[in-house]
Amino acid sequence: MARYQQNRLPTGGRIDRGRRMSFTFDGEEMHGYAGDTLASALLANDVRMVGRSFKYHRPRGIFSAGAEEPNALVQLGEGAYSEPNMKATQVELYEGLKSESQNRWPNLRFDIASINSAASRLIPAGFYYKTFMWPASMWMTYEKWIRKSAGLGKAPTHADPDRYEHRYAHCDVLIVGAGPAGLAAALTAGRSGARVIVVDEQSEFGGTLLSHPAEIDEIPAMEWVGAVTAELRGLDNVTLLSRTTVIGYYDYNYLVALERVTDHLPPGTGGSLPRQRLWKIRATRVVLATGAIERGLVFADNDRPGVMQAGAVRSYINRYSVLPASNIVVFTNNDSAYRTAIDASANGSTVTVVDIRSSPRGELIDKAEQANIMVFRGSAVTAVQGRTRIRGVEIMRLNAAGHGVIRSSTTKVDCAIVATSGGWTPTIHLHSQAGSKLIYDESIAGYVPGDGVNINPHRSAGACNGSFDLGKCLQEGLRAGHAAASDAGHEGEMPIAPRASMEVEGPMRVLWTIPCKHPVGRGPKKHFHELQNDSTVGDIHLAVREGFSSVEHLKRYTTTGMATDQGKTSNLIALGVLSGLRREPVQSTGVTTFRPPYTPLTFGAVVGQNRRELFLQERKTAMHPWHDRNGAVYEDVGDWKRPRYFSTGQESMDRAVQRECLAVRNSIGMMDASTLGKIDIQGRDSAWLLDMMYTNAWSKLETGRCRYGLMLNEHGMVFDDGVTTRIGEHHYHMTTTTGGAARVLTWLEEWLQTEWPEKQVYCTSVTEQWAVAAINGPAARDLLSELTDMPLDAESFPFMSMREGRVAGVPARVFRISFSGELSYEINVPAHHGLYLWEQLVEHGARYDLCPYGTESMHVLRAEKGFIIVGQDTDGAVTPDDLGMDWIVSKKKQDFIGRRSLSRSDTARAGRKQLVGLLAEDPKQVLPEGAHIVAEVRDKPPMPMLGHVTSSYMSPNVGRSIALALLEDGRNRMGEQVSLKLMDGRVMRATVVDPVFYDKDGARARG
Amino acid sequence: MTKMELAPVAESFEPIRHSPLSDLAAPRAGVEMRERADVGKINLRGDANDPSFRSAVETELGLEIPVTPNTFATNDKRTIYWLGPDEWLMHCPLDDRRDTQARLRQSLTGIHCALTNVSDYYLVIRLTGDKARDVLSKAIPFDVHRNVFTAGACAQTRFSHAGILLSAVDEAPTFDIQVRWSFAEYVWKFLVESTREYDES
Repeated sequence: MARYQQNRLPTGGRIDRGRRMSFTFDGEEMHGYAGDTLASALLANDVRMVGRSFKYHRPRGIFSAGAEEPNALVQLGEGAYSEPNMKATQVELYEGLKSESQNRWPNLRFDIASINSAASRLIPAGFYYKTFMWPASMWMTYEKWIRKSAGLGKAPTHADPDRYEHRYAHCDVLIVGAGPAGLAAALTAGRSGARVIVVDEQSEFGGTLLSHPAEIDEIPAMEWVGAVTAELRGLDNVTLLSRTTVIGYYDYNYLVALERVTDHLPPGTGGSLPRQRLWKIRATRVVLATGAIERGLVFADNDRPGVMQAGAVRSYINRYSVLPASNIVVFTNNDSAYRTAIDASANGSTVTVVDIRSSPRGELIDKAEQANIMVFRGSAVTAVQGRTRIRGVEIMRLNAAGHGVIRSSTTKVDCAIVATSGGWTPTIHLHSQAGSKLIYDESIAGYVPGDGVNINPHRSAGACNGSFDLGKCLQEGLRAGHAAASDAGHEGEMPIAPRASMEVEGPMRVLWTIPCKHPVGRGPKKHFHELQNDSTVGDIHLAVREGFSSVEHLKRYTTTGMATDQGKTSNLIALGVLSGLRREPVQSTGVTTFRPPYTPLTFGAVVGQNRRELFLQERKTAMHPWHDRNGAVYEDVGDWKRPRYFSTGQESMDRAVQRECLAVRNSIGMMDASTLGKIDIQGRDSAWLLDMMYTNAWSKLETGRCRYGLMLNEHGMVFDDGVTTRIGEHHYHMTTTTGGAARVLTWLEEWLQTEWPEKQVYCTSVTEQWAVAAINGPAARDLLSELTDMPLDAESFPFMSMREGRVAGVPARVFRISFSGELSYEINVPAHHGLYLWEQLVEHGARYDLCPYGTESMHVLRAEKGFIIVGQDTDGAVTPDDLGMDWIVSKKKQDFIGRRSLSRSDTARAGRKQLVGLLAEDPKQVLPEGAHIVAEVRDKPPMPMLGHVTSSYMSPNVGRSIALALLEDGRNRMGEQVSLKLMDGRVMRATVVDPVFYDKDGARARG
Repeated sequence: MTKMELAPVAESFEPIRHSPLSDLAAPRAGVEMRERADVGKINLRGDANDPSFRSAVETELGLEIPVTPNTFATNDKRTIYWLGPDEWLMHCPLDDRRDTQARLRQSLTGIHCALTNVSDYYLVIRLTGDKARDVLSKAIPFDVHRNVFTAGACAQTRFSHAGILLSAVDEAPTFDIQVRWSFAEYVWKFLVESTREYDES
């Protein structure tokens, strides 16, 4: 069939006929106009079937004209720009758009899996739970098959070439929805001077007025919209965001909105603009004017392509100038659908109305009959002819109760579209997300906003408030905007509401299920309340029969409302059917919780700018540029990039580390120690604070001298360690582990602020003020002497002391402390001079064979000396005594943090896990870190365990592998053989030894 | 190295300063950005209710210590930012930092306080231009609207993943972002990324 926009009306609509656009659907080229959605362009070209359903693979067509679309999900674009599950009803047409139907194979017309529909009796609701429970080991196999057959679109396999952004915003009044109520609210709020943001999901403002012609103050409503929009645009306190959907309402009036900045343009043509922007909005007050969504009547085979919302058909006629068919049946329970009938008829369609009410009366019914529209009263559509395109419907009279049909009354009417209306459901999603109550309103058969919660102050106006009359929408909008601005401190004028003409509507008739010839759920025909997840009224009956009659159970059992449309057109129907089966009012049945997002959003929008180099901040030291140029291989330590080792070309890490470790002991090695935490402590109670925080005594430390300290938590467990130096009378420089820097400062502040506010001491972080080059090795003194005038002999500058002076011409603090066990100087200079200092040391160090080394060698070197690393050799359950460091715990001090806990029975008992050295039986084998030492080797766990390996390396200086371990009663096991059972089943043996493997008396560091 | 010469070793060096921002690309549109490298910074702790503390500092600097949260006081050479009830950050010319700190230390003798040089800890990025507030809004959850965050205001807040001190300098608008050394490159690149939409070329 040739496609030539045969359903396009000759005039009218909000499309630009001057801008014809070509696009493809499943490879077929068609045309539409600027202003079309993909859905309106497909309907213009008489495309009826657009996809296959999720479970049964039944043919499906366009159902709606908006965000609630359950059927028309398409794969959009190609390659890296490909995107699945796009609602054709929201995709704006652009030149060259490529779209494909989903969930069909090999093609839309002939789909293998549509066998599911014929076999539907074999796969009822809960089928997966019932069938695939056994055997459990087969689930992985089942799951693959299920995913393939019940899938949606395909995720692109390429990296996303688009850019996305996050954006924060604050306002006095946020208005969600720019239909008549929202625009009216924007007027009063905007004119008051309040900071206002107006958000609307459509490409242009107007909401329902874009589709449903009306008059406001005797001018066409869209002219009123134009005037209001122009006025708002002129106010610099008002921000207007179109193509933007509020997707989540979070506590304290924090709302998140997705702006589709360039989605309406061909892929890759957005220029410098981001594709989408995620707005994070904090609003003092919120006005919700989110409208209402029409639900269909649930009749036999109501999912056939061509069954559409009556309001959507009207929208296609008026907004997009598309008459979907020349013969239309309107099937309704209320007056609003008569407007569709009247508009379709006026545009040349043959229209038949089927109304389940036995005697509908009113202006609209009169108008329809004046237009020679045939109205079947007290009747229902009971069957649909045609599978992929509707050819006609069967109509029968309903019995008085509406539970059954009168077979003798059967009539058949030819039609290609069934425009159905079961009433309008206020869009209360955001209201509900805000934690507010919902109240069931019998007159509209829908939930309307109830009481809110204090932390999320907002108002609802217009259709989302259950007010469907245009005049009332405007009135409520004006009031809501005025009150919201006033609450936010901006008192404005309250104008007289504009006059709006709208026919008065009569009452609706609620029948949640339309009967047919066979009982619901028992015959060949299906009554779908939920189109996207293929859930039927029969499924609800089944669920209730099987005991899943709570609304929460029902939702999960039938998957109602769990599709990507979140049941926008189905949830209420399910509640209605359920309440009928439970024989109780709808309000008593309850509702499931509405959860964000209102409509799906892309991962790109979630990620925003946080990708590639901005994904995670990389903290770099002042020396980093040199490391980059000299083969550094980095290790992540917190956010820091620390050189792990420096590779000379093809060298492996193991070889590099062996080379670096030998250089430190034999000539000189240099390490970037800038990342260590540094805290400047001043005030006359500084020494007192140190006494409280560390286990050892500080009051007698002389100025210029350094001391190592262990910090415990209240439980007496080792928490951090480091060297602290006395700079002046009441002035100390504390160092912490790299990872502990922030934690220790917070710890100090917590104690000072909560327990000891009277103490005169201030702590200030100086971690990044200083760049630190640590030179270690026998030649360290000779090298340093080339860069400084400081006297460096052991008497003038002894071990564990600090001197201030110039190094390489830069003011420096030089600490003679050692983590390698070698003669060592840690040279601290202001960060801006760190790179210069490092480069000077490299240059002058060349003749001493200076070797830069990284954290891996640092680990090996300190392990050779038996120095612990907090967090590696300790795990939060290790006391100083466990580490063999009882010497550092003062017995004289009255108090320090953790002291009390050291005398608790478990902490003080003998035989706890203690730090020991381990030497593997085979000196060439390195025990795996984490390996468990077991008391008895068995084939498989459980085995009685004695401890585990905490650190383990090949030590070139000791000439064999070495390890540290925490071992039960370790110090009494010296010389014992222990067994380690590895993950791979092997057993290794090792001897328990002292944890100091090298230079036991420490002479090298003191030299 | 010629140890034979009598001149001190220190004098044979000509130290070069290096900034992590020096080699980074600037934004192409919307805002101008530069590093203010010539700023000396001193962290000051003390009791604002102690008149002797306040007068010692104010006499030395010629500025009143701001006690209103999230404000700063400035004159042509110096600035004091409120960081907390007992904490301030002082700016002075970089080449005057050592003397300023020494004089303050002298004036504050016997008064409970702390003076800490943090000149290298924080880098100052100056951001100015029409789009400055929009650019900041992409990373800062704090409200930087012209009616709310006006010249003289400062705030310690979050810039995406980095903690910063933001201050509003003038209504051009111009802002200073003070960020720790190791986060400066991240913040700079995030700012540049945030200006991309204004680049029409």
